[in-house]
Amino acid sequence: MTWNQNKECMSRDEMSALQGKRLHKIVEYVYHNVPFYRNKLQEMDIRPDDIQTIEDIKKLPFTTKKDLRDNYPFGLQAAPQSEIIRIHASSGTTGNPTIVGYTRKDIGIWSECMARCLTAYGVTRDDIFSVAYGYGLFTGGLGAHYGVEHIGASCIPAGTGNTEKHLKLIRDLGITGLACTPSYALYLAETMDKLGISKEDLKLRVGAFGAEPWTESMRQEIEARLGLKGFNIYGLSEIMGPSVSYECQMQNGSHINEDHFYPEIINPVTFEPLPAGQTGELVFTTLTKEGMPVLRYRTRDLCCLLPGTCDCGRTNVRMGRIQGRSDDMLIIRGINVFPSQVESVILSLPEFAPHYLLVVDRVNNLDTLQVQAELRQEVFTSTFDTPAAVEALEKKLAAKLKSVLSIAAKVQLKAPGSIERSQGKSAHVIDKRKL
Amino acid sequence: MKQLSIFIQNKRGTLLTVLDVLKTANIQIIASTISDTQDFGIYRIICSDPERAFDVLSGQGITVTLTDVFAIQLEDKPGEAARVLAIFAEADINIAYMYSFLLSGKGILVFRTNDTERTQQVIREKSLQLF
Repeated sequence: MTWNQNKECMSRDEMSALQGKRLHKIVEYVYHNVPFYRNKLQEMDIRPDDIQTIEDIKKLPFTTKKDLRDNYPFGLQAAPQSEIIRIHASSGTTGNPTIVGYTRKDIGIWSECMARCLTAYGVTRDDIFSVAYGYGLFTGGLGAHYGVEHIGASCIPAGTGNTEKHLKLIRDLGITGLACTPSYALYLAETMDKLGISKEDLKLRVGAFGAEPWTESMRQEIEARLGLKGFNIYGLSEIMGPSVSYECQMQNGSHINEDHFYPEIINPVTFEPLPAGQTGELVFTTLTKEGMPVLRYRTRDLCCLLPGTCDCGRTNVRMGRIQGRSDDMLIIRGINVFPSQVESVILSLPEFAPHYLLVVDRVNNLDTLQVQAELRQEVFTSTFDTPAAVEALEKKLAAKLKSVLSIAAKVQLKAPGSIERSQGKSAHVIDKRKL
Repeated sequence: MKQLSIFIQNKRGTLLTVLDVLKTANIQIIASTISDTQDFGIYRIICSDPERAFDVLSGQGITVTLTDVFAIQLEDKPGEAARVLAIFAEADINIAYMYSFLLSGKGILVFRTNDTERTQQVIREKSLQLF
């Protein structure tokens, strides 16, 4: 089933023509409304009229996370503030978060994309659908919420946490659909076991899982324990939020809403576009966005594109599973975490030496983050020689990390000189999660 | 009296490293105690030559500090520790940590308080015998 047959099953020629037309329009729009892009295009001697077809996209400059950070907070916003009706924020690598403003039209397109996604999963207006992504600055909660309402299903804004009450509602209200991170789905299953609730007590049948990498074996486990069919959903706030792409019943890659988000795969080193089927860095251009359009945004996600008509009938290009990242970003409990954020916190506290280690693990299906930090020799004085003093320092670091990362980290204080000195950035991280 | 306080990570062999350094320097441990948490411990030592012990330990990159603590000599009989602690409690002095050992038939009470000056004053006033 499709929500928008016209857009999801377009012929390639029609789609390319539409994309070309929209690309020209969006380039013209940012040229006149975003000084950052105007300067870049002028430097490259490109005029909006040079961009006529979708193939011309290769002439355009890339946008990076750093560009978003450097232009904090509203430098890349194209629409006047009076047109912005929602602002989301995601974590930045250091200091400033990434701010994304949406116009009313943007929110409408987002809801439309989310509706296409839910319909592909088989969700209809007869479903009772619980959104257990984080509500708030994170795009997961509200993004899914608006889509559920748009198709006319009953939306339960469960949010995260309060798992026992959530399970009671899933059972008592006969909730049929669930959107959350795959690890939270498994945590729900654990809680069911603890409370003696079996999947036969529940009416769950569809799950929309995303915001963090997951595997086929996790899908099988979630499906077996919750008694539903689990579908992948992909998105990022810089482009829109959840529903940039979604799986259909065939579950052979995720269909990209490419009439709104044009995908490319590039070599992350040479920036050369790669032919279809090859794995490289995923790049998106927003073709219709008003609030904060981006040209050729480098997602840092590594995957491939799968062209061709899908057995489900959709012609929209699919993206394969995310194979990894071309930077050192970690996704922990659905939240983006950069080691450099941890570094900036540690450097801001004089008690710690600038050496640290992040240990990421998955315990009982929940991601855990441990931060090992090294005490400075001169801090350990006669007034500091009690466990209470050391623990107070651990707590101080943990509180600061929590406020910067938006997730809790367990701090382990290490003796001066005991953390192995790393050569590269990645040596700061040990990821024990088996994915 | 000088006490060595050493930050010990919960890792096999860390304690042994400390003891080996002291052994090589021919320093004798008179009393020692560890207060521990899940991840680390603070190893406190009274030894024959605290200043030199500090030098050799920190020379080996071990996280160590010298702390002034009180050591009071008591009769080796029941109720002695209680008698002394009652004096401090009455003087409104809190004990941060404390341990004890026996040496040549005398009980030695080692402790640190929240108010060093006041503690010294009380020890003088009550004629408590320092070790």
